[in-house]
Amino acid sequence: MMDLHFWLPVLVLFTSLGAAAIIFWLDENNSRMRSSINLAAAGIKILLVIWILVGVSQGEVYETRFTLLTGIDFVLRADALGVMFAGLSSLLWLFTTLYAIGYLEGTPNRRRFFGFFSLCVASTLGIAFAGNLFTFLIFYELLTLSTYPLVVHKGTDKALRAGRLYLIYTLGGGVVLLAGVLWMHSLAGDLSFAATGQLDALLPEQASTLKWIFLLLIGGLAVKAAMVPLHGWLPEAMVAPAPVSALLHAVAVVKAGAFGIVRVVYDVYGITLSYQLGLLLPLGIAAAITILYGSLRALAQQDIKRRLAFSTVSQVSYIALGISLFGPAGTIGGLVHLLHQGLMKVTLFFCAGNYAETLGIHKIQQLNGAGRRMPGTSLAFTIGALGMIGLPPIAGFISKWYLATGALHADMDWVLLVLILSSLMNAGYFLPLLYRIWFCPQQGEWPQERVLGRWDTSLWLLIPPLVTASLSLLAGLLAASDFSPLAWVQLVTTREYLP
Amino acid sequence: MLSWLTEGPSLLPWLVILPLLWSILSLTAGQRLQPLIATTAVGLILLATLLVLLQWLQRGDHFYSLGDWAVPLGIRLRLDGLALLLLLLTSGITSVCTLHAGRYLQEYPRAKTYFWPLLAFCWAAMNVIWLSADLFNLYVGLELLGFSAVGLVALTGEKKALAASLRYLYAALLGSLAWLLGVALIYGHQGQLDISSLALTFTDSISGQAALALMTLGLLLKMAAFPLHSWLPPAHASALPPVSALLSGLVAKAAFYILVRLWLEMAPDNLTFSAAQLLGALGAAAVFWGGWMACRQQQLKMLVAYSTVAQLGYLLLLFPLTTGTGEEATRLAWEGGWLQLTSHALAKAAMFLAAGNLVLAMGRPDLPGLHGAGRYLPFSLLGFGLAGVSLMGLPPSGGFMAKWLLLQSALLSGQWWWILVLLSGSALSAVYIFKVYQQCYVESDNPDRFRQPALVLDLSALALALLALALGILSAWPQWLISTALPGGAA
Repeated sequence: MMDLHFWLPVLVLFTSLGAAAIIFWLDENNSRMRSSINLAAAGIKILLVIWILVGVSQGEVYETRFTLLTGIDFVLRADALGVMFAGLSSLLWLFTTLYAIGYLEGTPNRRRFFGFFSLCVASTLGIAFAGNLFTFLIFYELLTLSTYPLVVHKGTDKALRAGRLYLIYTLGGGVVLLAGVLWMHSLAGDLSFAATGQLDALLPEQASTLKWIFLLLIGGLAVKAAMVPLHGWLPEAMVAPAPVSALLHAVAVVKAGAFGIVRVVYDVYGITLSYQLGLLLPLGIAAAITILYGSLRALAQQDIKRRLAFSTVSQVSYIALGISLFGPAGTIGGLVHLLHQGLMKVTLFFCAGNYAETLGIHKIQQLNGAGRRMPGTSLAFTIGALGMIGLPPIAGFISKWYLATGALHADMDWVLLVLILSSLMNAGYFLPLLYRIWFCPQQGEWPQERVLGRWDTSLWLLIPPLVTASLSLLAGLLAASDFSPLAWVQLVTTREYLP
Repeated sequence: MLSWLTEGPSLLPWLVILPLLWSILSLTAGQRLQPLIATTAVGLILLATLLVLLQWLQRGDHFYSLGDWAVPLGIRLRLDGLALLLLLLTSGITSVCTLHAGRYLQEYPRAKTYFWPLLAFCWAAMNVIWLSADLFNLYVGLELLGFSAVGLVALTGEKKALAASLRYLYAALLGSLAWLLGVALIYGHQGQLDISSLALTFTDSISGQAALALMTLGLLLKMAAFPLHSWLPPAHASALPPVSALLSGLVAKAAFYILVRLWLEMAPDNLTFSAAQLLGALGAAAVFWGGWMACRQQQLKMLVAYSTVAQLGYLLLLFPLTTGTGEEATRLAWEGGWLQLTSHALAKAAMFLAAGNLVLAMGRPDLPGLHGAGRYLPFSLLGFGLAGVSLMGLPPSGGFMAKWLLLQSALLSGQWWWILVLLSGSALSAVYIFKVYQQCYVESDNPDRFRQPALVLDLSALALALLALALGILSAWPQWLISTALPGGAA
């Protein structure tokens, strides 16, 4: 039994690593085998994560640990927070894989695509389960490497340019993060995410050093989390195929950055120490600026995917904002948004991909009357968009409710203002889309219509957004039940605040 | 078996004798017997290496006196953890290169006649250097290595290769000459050449200083340290791929190995702070210049060759990081430096083999030739790509572990400028590696112009690249092996 506790986190990683290896080995044209392996791996992974989830909720510890170098361990450890992120990633991986199979049908280089796609998920799970900063760094860099081929997948000049920009940002961020991890390591040794109060002994002499390290760590992570002014890569990376955008924006990359920030604040510094050092307020202000700036830019975009991209810039920083509110309610709001935003954003990107694939719609003006032609997709899009605005009973409302409560508890009333302004702008950039979709008549021909099956579009493309949209609805409706994202986040928060 | 390992005769001389025998045999035997001889010889050398490893695990560091003559008259071979690491590395990489060459040479039938004797000779010379315990022996090793390497570069008989090998020859001769002068000075003054004996008696005299300066200069020329590097890129780029892999992976490191033995073992007290910083500065200059030049190359193999110049630069950081920096920082730098050498050897050998395969498949040597390769040459690219990960120092790879240790050492000793060098050097290497990667994603108009390289060619590159990556996860054992050889004992 002990052995299983040791191997389970590795096993979760190996389901996607193994899938990647087999997919690279398979012939390009053997798409049926490739899809089966992809889906089987995704299914097994979800089962394993559920197993861990149940175990962790009962207080079990799953930890893989071995020594890499003297004084440095490789640690994979499934704690409540890690399982939360792992659960989100493996769930969305399944739907994104389904979607990608339909989306890429008949296009070249699918072997490369799905191989790196699996690697990307393996890295994300590594990030979720990383038990110390060093292990986190390994998977963080691996994520950069495995997403690059997805960003440049199309091989056009534009894609290559976006890839270059992506690398400059993320590798640059990686170097900054490395510097922070290195400095921290030489100051305090191999810090485990599991222990608490490890840095307290360094106070008060090293207070300013700790602040500098915090700046480096967060600076490195903020690149992937797309915090202003380090967000420039994200809108450009929109050139990638829709499932990649969905994955980059909803789970893998931006969430890896946000999740890293959560780890640093709660598990490296500890929330109390972060507060004492006065690190939370600057983080909160940076997040607030990002939220407002992202929304403002989103208003100005005429391309659907770019508007969604700036919306991501804005929405992901809700997570950082929640963390920076010192108090359980803010924590709950930030963490639960990590899950909710994932569900809603992935839905929106799936739908944007459907409009583009089926009708050739890329611009907002072209959406007129799309609701009549593609009712299923449009319904999912509507749920996602309303959720983003924060309309009850969709998941986004729960996030904003807790964030607002947290702000009041923390006596940071200005955060409330930020939330209200941002919600207004969310409405400002989503409602016109919904209006065009449902209430404007179609104008002339669709730009590039393809008939894919008897529904809106092919079922591969239609079912994933419908499922994720329903999940975001359910996450809001059943928030009070024991099986909701909120319930798990409350468990995480209890454990973070009561060591 | 166990008693034989502890008490039986040492197998060290066989590591030199076997490749020499192979060389002579294959020179006299006809073309048809070559593969048989090569297979047998490689098998025997690998076996001998394995037994030497087992012997070392039982006995620890030990010497072997040739013909039972004692020092100072006789010649001694010396095996410690460091020598063992390089022996293992040499056996591993050279046998993979042999495998690769066995198939690749079918493209170059003309080169076959002299390839095997020269390769075996080169192997013998490297083993002589790893095992030598005295300065003259090292001279012999350097000369043999230089000549066989020059011969290997010239093998293709192409005009470019001949010109490059001639430059290489001049550099090698000049380097050996400087080394020999230094040796002569030391012998004239001290009357002996055994490194461990000299370590006890070496004095800070003018002639001693002059000798050290001359020998260092010779070695820097031989290891292509900035600004004495210009012979290296054309030589490494124009040779046959298995030869390039051998030269960049192993041969270029021989001079560095001797340099470390010379300064840190024989004359540690003579290495002043400023001299060590100067060596480090040369290394840093190589990192930047080599990286910058690699970014500007349009030919695949030239890019890889300039990357060698840059990566060899990191090795020189070992000197400033171990000189007067305290116990912990010295240990970290020592382990990091040799781990860097190990991972670079594996990754660069893999990369040259893969680059050779790609050039063969593309039928042209330039980067735009890679357009469309993503679809048609996935395996050749995989080897190249994975080797690149280690060269950039991204995790999980040996290159990352090495850089981590070096960075730690620099931070601990407060020499923050080396941190900047290491970090910006990595960024620069990412630029030129991704410059290659990115070409592979461009789709080509004319897709079926590639010819698939034989599987064994791709597999040999892939095997070395995977080893370089595995070094990032399984670095604990090599790290221990290196740490046993830290000069000044376990201090």
